[in-house]
Amino acid sequence: MTPELGYAATVVAFGLALYGSIASAVAGRTGRTALVQSSERAAVGVWILVTGCMLLLVYAFLTFDFSVRYVAINTNRGTPFYYRITALWGALEGSIILWTWMLALYTLIVVVQYRRRHPEFYPWVLSAMMGIAAFFLLVMTIPAPPFERLTPVPPDGRGLNPLLQDSGMITHPVALYLGFTGFTVPFAFAIAALATGRIGDEWITITRRWTVIAWYFLALGLLIGGWWSYHVLGWGGYWAWDPVENAAVLPWLTGTALLHSVMIQERRRMLKIWNLTLVILTFSLTIFGTFLTRSGIIGSVHAFSQGSIGAFFLGFLALVLLTSFSLLAWRMDRLKAQGELDSIFSRESVFLLNNVFLVAAAFTVFFGTIFPLLSEAVRGVKVSVGAPFFNLVNIPLFLGLLILMGVGPLIAWRRASADNLRRNFLMPTAVGVAAAVIARALGIANSLVLLCIAAVVFVTGTIVLDFLRAVRARRRSGDGWAAATLGLLRRQNRRYGGFVVHLGILVVALGVAGSNAWSLHTETTLGRGESVELGGYRVRFDGLRASEESNHFKVTGTFTVSNGVGSRDVLYPAKKYYAQEQNPIAYVDYRLGLIEDVYLVLGDFARDGSQATIKLQVNRMVSWLWLGGLVLTLGTGLAILPDRKKAA
Amino acid sequence: MSHPPLTRLAAAALLVVMAALPALAAAPVNEDTVREIGTELRCVVCQNLSVADSPSETANQMRAIIRERLAAGETPEQVKAYFVEKYGLWILLSPPKQGFNLLVWIVPFVGLGLGLVLVAFTVRRWSRRPAAVPAGIPEMDAATRDRIHREMADIDRS
Amino acid sequence: MSGSTRWGRWAIPLAAIPVIVLLAYGFRTDPRAIPTPLVGKPAAAFRLKTFDGPEISLEGLRGRVVVINFWASWCYPACYEEAPVLERGWRAYKDREVMLVGINIQDKEEPAKRFLAQFGHTFPNAPDPAGRVSVDYGVYGVPETFFIDRAGRIRAKHVGAVTDAIFSANVDRLLAERP
Repeated sequence: MTPELGYAATVVAFGLALYGSIASAVAGRTGRTALVQSSERAAVGVWILVTGCMLLLVYAFLTFDFSVRYVAINTNRGTPFYYRITALWGALEGSIILWTWMLALYTLIVVVQYRRRHPEFYPWVLSAMMGIAAFFLLVMTIPAPPFERLTPVPPDGRGLNPLLQDSGMITHPVALYLGFTGFTVPFAFAIAALATGRIGDEWITITRRWTVIAWYFLALGLLIGGWWSYHVLGWGGYWAWDPVENAAVLPWLTGTALLHSVMIQERRRMLKIWNLTLVILTFSLTIFGTFLTRSGIIGSVHAFSQGSIGAFFLGFLALVLLTSFSLLAWRMDRLKAQGELDSIFSRESVFLLNNVFLVAAAFTVFFGTIFPLLSEAVRGVKVSVGAPFFNLVNIPLFLGLLILMGVGPLIAWRRASADNLRRNFLMPTAVGVAAAVIARALGIANSLVLLCIAAVVFVTGTIVLDFLRAVRARRRSGDGWAAATLGLLRRQNRRYGGFVVHLGILVVALGVAGSNAWSLHTETTLGRGESVELGGYRVRFDGLRASEESNHFKVTGTFTVSNGVGSRDVLYPAKKYYAQEQNPIAYVDYRLGLIEDVYLVLGDFARDGSQATIKLQVNRMVSWLWLGGLVLTLGTGLAILPDRKKAA
Repeated sequence: MSHPPLTRLAAAALLVVMAALPALAAAPVNEDTVREIGTELRCVVCQNLSVADSPSETANQMRAIIRERLAAGETPEQVKAYFVEKYGLWILLSPPKQGFNLLVWIVPFVGLGLGLVLVAFTVRRWSRRPAAVPAGIPEMDAATRDRIHREMADIDRS
Repeated sequence: MSGSTRWGRWAIPLAAIPVIVLLAYGFRTDPRAIPTPLVGKPAAAFRLKTFDGPEISLEGLRGRVVVINFWASWCYPACYEEAPVLERGWRAYKDREVMLVGINIQDKEEPAKRFLAQFGHTFPNAPDPAGRVSVDYGVYGVPETFFIDRAGRIRAKHVGAVTDAIFSANVDRLLAERP
């Protein structure tokens, strides 16, 4: 019964979404409010139906309803309770439901928030969002139906991919999809602006907070993905420049560019065309990412299954790109820039540079990702474009961005006087250079790391300097230190929220530079009782034991780690054998530290437990990535606090 | 390097000897070199991880082969060339900087260059038509003001 | 506004088209099918100890058409599909200057032996515990089958399960070439 019910709900929701999209577009053209209200009800209906679909699928998972194909493939009777819920988005069809549900939820929020405001935009926003929802519901109806029936009903299911049975996999897709779908809202407003011809700054002001939220969730999703990769995949790293990872970072890069360039439009009424282009690009890249992940045209560790779904997404991508850029071209006359600038030394120029670097980075990642396809199409030769390429080419771009990050927020709008430059940048530059010199003297020879340290210290210097000055100014008006600081954060939350986000990025940058430059690796075979030394740690192999778990068989190694100063710890890396997997899954064990992690992977071993091969790493500063994520969260929270001026 | 066939022959001979003595203890090979080579080679069974990173058994074996070849006196370039000979360019994680593959190395920087030129152009255009004097900016001299008026008149006419 | 900009602006949507076309081209390719550069090249020499004990080497087979099949016991279903095909091919051709060698890679001895027993293979099979032979032949997955001519050159490679037709077509072609 469940399959039929779910399928019926999907079809009805698709019909409603399609109706709502068309009805509100008609309302947008004719101004018939009755039609708007009717499509609002359709939006609510879509949300209820998709929520119903989700609950139905969860119910099917919880009751082991193997008549649903998706349930039979992604769970079995041994799958623990919570993974039966999160198995919902463990594979292709379910992930589309999650995506659609978030989209429906965002649409609902838009309805609640804006139905009484912005009457010109509103119908078109609704139309765009429901049109996109209709596409995803179409995908749920035809190429990737989650409620497909399986006959005959098997006695047990295949089981969830063991790599996905992890807390990181519970949260990573949720955060990532909140980010992806979040960009739909600014995109819908941009489309509404183009459709109505009201290409002022209204849509920018309305969607600023949405953009920040989508950007933040995307960043969070990427970081959680890195954490998952680090502690589950057992290869010792967090970022592999895999096509699917690239696809997720692309909209993040253009989204970052957007966050900055809208500030120029807000302040100076410039860059209207550019901002619309960035919104369209960012949204299109979220669709491109989904296409890449699900079409199977580029081999990837993360790739979902293949099928006609790729063609659907490509068609939709073509539709989005062609319609929205055509709309943009059509409205080009109204968008003529009214740029004016007093000096090339101004915040406007720095933000433009920031945009060039971010978009160039996005372009590099995009071009590298599809280059194998180009090579095959043009020459018929298969090539790989992987980590060594992306690292090498992106390093100068990201270093440039780091430095701009210090310059941008403090250089004056319009025209920076020599005095402004000296006042804001002399000290930080000196401190940055000094930090690099000191680091060099301390024995850090890697010039890239030195550059990174100089840039990070420089940017931190600019932020601290600015903040101290502002606090001091407030203290002059009689506040204490704490009151001055809090008052400043509260009153200028956008500015300082942005600074905190920048600090978060700096922390992540240090983590990336440090982990790449200083991590240690070794690989060795140990007999029982033997040990290996790496980076001041001594790891001793104490033995193996086997155990039967609820849904797999597990061989666990026991290793004693001592660091020479008396501290002693035991690590239990393991290999898990799942019935549904040909090869065993490595289960990493690690000790996280602020400066370094001990990271241990169990490789081959002798059956009798007399010896084991291990991959041992001392990974330096990887924790800074997760720490940076925390700082990012704080900064974003601060930046999106409701405006105080309006509330007062 | 002057007699590549000879070195290869010697390496092959050594390999045969080593194959015959599987229990031979590992020769002192710099693990960092092994890793460096490994990061540039694609683990053939796992879609996008490098030989250095992949925890798979195939990658283990490939690392062992790198180690063996280095121990036999091959240079890192020769080791990489061996894998390319067997698997094609596909096995290199970054395409060699020649021929058509140069594109992937050059185009990003061409893109960056074009972007920078575009920004320079835009900034120049903007700064050539300054707006009315914003409040709080020091008085400008008469000559400058005249020039601005002249230019604004030009703009109006165009 | 001048004519060039009026039309120039449509360059933005039009620029999307080549990208879409390239992505669509992707549907026609298989990222997992990687052509081997080894076809036409001399097959790498190997010397392996078979599961039954005696050694086998490519040198010793010079002058014969050699078929080398790389397999693993965990490779289900492809290796299981082709196992009877290989045994049939071996029986049909073994008296006609054809040699079939199975090389077991990325596997453990016990399940590999069980696999051999299950299909009753009578042609020589040898493990490649260090993976040297499999890298020498540019193997990236199982099963893969190489057809080597009498002069010791690799003439064809088949990825995936071999069928009777593929087996005999390749072997017949190489047998027809007189040394």
